[in-house]
Amino acid sequence: MQIARINRLTPYFFLAPAIIVMAVALLYPIGYMVWASFLDWNPSQRIGEADFVGLRNYAKLLNDAAFLESFWVTVKFAAVVVVLEMILGVGLAMLLDRQLRGMTLLRTIFILPMMIAPIVVGLMWRYMYHPSVGLFNRTLKSFGLEPVPWLSDGTWAFASIVIADIWQWTPFIFILSLAALQSLPRSAMEAARIDGASGWQLIWFIKLPLMLPVLIVTALLRLIDAFKVLEVILVMTNGGPGLSTEILALRISRTASEFRELGTAAAMSNLLLILLMALTLAMFTYTKISEARAARLRAAASKDH
Amino acid sequence: MASPQSRKTNPAFYALLTALIVMSAGPIALMLATSMKLNVDIMSETSSLFFMPTLRNYEVALCDFLPYDVEGLRRCDPTFGRSLVNSLFIAITSTTLTLVLGCMAAYALVRFRFMGRNVVSLASLVMRMVPPAVLLVPVFGIWTYQFQIDGTRAGIILVYVAMNLPFVIWILQSFIVQVPIQLEEAARMDGAGPFQTFFLVVLPLIKPGLAAAAIFTFRVAWNEFLLGNALSDRNSRTVPVTIVNSLTEYDIDWGVIMATGMLLAIPPIIFTFIASRQIITGMTAGAVKG
Repeated sequence: MQIARINRLTPYFFLAPAIIVMAVALLYPIGYMVWASFLDWNPSQRIGEADFVGLRNYAKLLNDAAFLESFWVTVKFAAVVVVLEMILGVGLAMLLDRQLRGMTLLRTIFILPMMIAPIVVGLMWRYMYHPSVGLFNRTLKSFGLEPVPWLSDGTWAFASIVIADIWQWTPFIFILSLAALQSLPRSAMEAARIDGASGWQLIWFIKLPLMLPVLIVTALLRLIDAFKVLEVILVMTNGGPGLSTEILALRISRTASEFRELGTAAAMSNLLLILLMALTLAMFTYTKISEARAARLRAAASKDH
Repeated sequence: MASPQSRKTNPAFYALLTALIVMSAGPIALMLATSMKLNVDIMSETSSLFFMPTLRNYEVALCDFLPYDVEGLRRCDPTFGRSLVNSLFIAITSTTLTLVLGCMAAYALVRFRFMGRNVVSLASLVMRMVPPAVLLVPVFGIWTYQFQIDGTRAGIILVYVAMNLPFVIWILQSFIVQVPIQLEEAARMDGAGPFQTFFLVVLPLIKPGLAAAAIFTFRVAWNEFLLGNALSDRNSRTVPVTIVNSLTEYDIDWGVIMATGMLLAIPPIIFTFIASRQIITGMTAGAVKG
């Protein structure tokens, strides 16, 4: 009797520490944030002293031109970055899908930008974009060309953060799509080749459609991460000039620390969280659907035999 | 190299491969080069390829640890040395704690059927997507006013452990599933309790998974800036926080900053070269299984 009870409780013993930590330091803060988004709260107050203002924070945000601008910048940044990185990453994977000496080295080097601190990535790019000592303007100058205001002009600054992000994250897409490419069934490719398909036709009609499930999940993962980018941009431009590179995560941090409006920052965080949850859910549903379809196809195929 | 495909390989592919490697590693190499330059060389108008490499910037950054006085340095600023110690302590402690807790939880989720199992599983999947920026406001409020652990290293460790647990649980699950259950049954037959079975039989078998989980956790704890910035005070600052604080609008001491950046980048670079295979496994698993 005693032993049976211990056995029944074992899983909870194993789980308890992790659950407690996540409940205290993850779940509770998120609940707290939702509550705080209905308060007029500044950092010198305890949360109990803050006034309840209902939906006022949200209403204020929707009428706040600066917030809307930063929301637009975030969406634009995420969309541009994901599209360009998908094209480059998948394209490179198609080109380099063969047994090459040095492939392992390339893959190792390619992971580096994702592993080192985003702060350091920002630092490197800020140095390279430096108006006088930076690599880019020096090179332009040595060719006798006009220097470019990389980080001091709104449009250029946006392009600059996009370039830095492409440098950092294209390898992610490349590695994932190369893995997908190399696990495609050989038989489909052989069959197409025997039927006389050209290289382009092979890519367009066989490889891409077969890779599509992985590509969609990869794009969604990257999209979710693109909404989380913060440190690289913080170091490079700190959101400026003007609001041209002020993404949502930066706006949240500035609202909290500079403007000292914790309630508004919480409301923004809440909106960002809802957006990310929706994307996660989309990804989750998509994986479930494609798994179900694969299972159905397999079942159908085995019935035919 | 004897396969027919490789014999046909066009030299252009090697050119592309080389170009990609150069583009990818170039900025890092440039940072390394800059960290070994004197400011005179960084600012000089002439070609930046030829210079006398010097360790002076590293000496300035780490002056607190050096047994000798750095030549020509008027006052040793201990900020960076202190933050390096903090970063190491915080990253190592939170990685260890996350692995221990995550392992136990993942094991329970895989091996036992119990009430609430699916809820825990799904919750940990959803939690993976929560960005630090979203946690900023509530964590600041709670840590300051309710737990009163703001400004301590323990406070920072707590939030890093919680942030990393969902991912670690999830990735370890996929490794534990592959451990044959017969092994555990045999251990239990021989009289081992559940805890003994777990520590002596299961843990040694999932070492590759543990390595991948450890690297990903260490990376987050070592690199994170936003929450570290909000929760630390002068004495508990981590390296990323110190670096951002020393960035001013003008007059940046690029040599020293690049040296500190390089010191921050070195541990992840070493891990990448040792364990690129495990890292890639971790990344691809993340995408393929959702």
